[in-house]
Amino acid sequence: MVLTGEDKKLIQQTWAKLGGADEEIGAETLYRTFHSYPTTKTYFPHFDLSQGSDQIRGHGKKVVAALGNAIKNLDNLSQALSELSNLHAYNLRVDPVNFKFLSQCLQVTLATRLGKEYTPEVHSAVDKFLSAVAAVLAEKYR
Amino acid sequence: MVHWTAEEKQLITSLWAKVDVATCGAEALARLLIVYPWTQRFFASFGNLSSPTAILGNPRVRAHGKKVLTSFGEAIKNLDTIKKYFAQLSKLHCEKLHVDPENFRLLGDILIVVLAANYSKDFSPACQAAWQKVVRVVAHALAHEYH
Repeated sequence: MVLTGEDKKLIQQTWAKLGGADEEIGAETLYRTFHSYPTTKTYFPHFDLSQGSDQIRGHGKKVVAALGNAIKNLDNLSQALSELSNLHAYNLRVDPVNFKFLSQCLQVTLATRLGKEYTPEVHSAVDKFLSAVAAVLAEKYR
Repeated sequence: MVHWTAEEKQLITSLWAKVDVATCGAEALARLLIVYPWTQRFFASFGNLSSPTAILGNPRVRAHGKKVLTSFGEAIKNLDTIKKYFAQLSKLHCEKLHVDPENFRLLGDILIVVLAANYSKDFSPACQAAWQKVVRVVAHALAHEYH
């Protein structure tokens, strides 16, 4: 799976439209994930999972910031996400099926904010991007 | 037997009442073919699928999308008997159409994104959760008669 030049442009343009609302988008994405996919909560037994909790907001902000960083380095995702890849492989060991759940919920969050601007082309580019990120995060698992 | 809470049923049916089935159905199927191009394998006879624009404008894609979502809508009226409702369609998808059930899951997730984009104000986390359950149950029912 390859991100084309057009995909990269669409991803960067879309991200720019979000106006740095990292915390809100991250928090909403995580909350949607816990709500639609309750099994994901098993990775957060230590969290207050109520809507808008400090922990959800803090963690959401972190996740979205990492994605933002990846978007600045679309030509070298493997390198940009290397640390996080190590973390997920050796420390967190989140089953990769969960990356799909997060991707779905981030896309729903983006779609509710962007409406018609979340065009099929944008949808495709973002889905590919998140799929590429998931692949990098899982690449050292075994 | 799937259990639906009163809240879930309310969230599902109240959003469904607003849905323009022809438009959303067309959009969902088109996006399936655009976002996951390998799904085009089932639609070789549909004509021009060479670009997102071609796919979105393709009258056969639009008509088929409407047909699929209309069927979905009937299932929503029968939430308590979904497996029974889809039994024949399940056999058809297995024996005649030879569609891998993974494609039902892909289409379900795409439909969710289409609903989110078109009905943003209604698509709260609780609403999404109810709808993720609907698409999961529909996909499961459509796969149920496979052998």
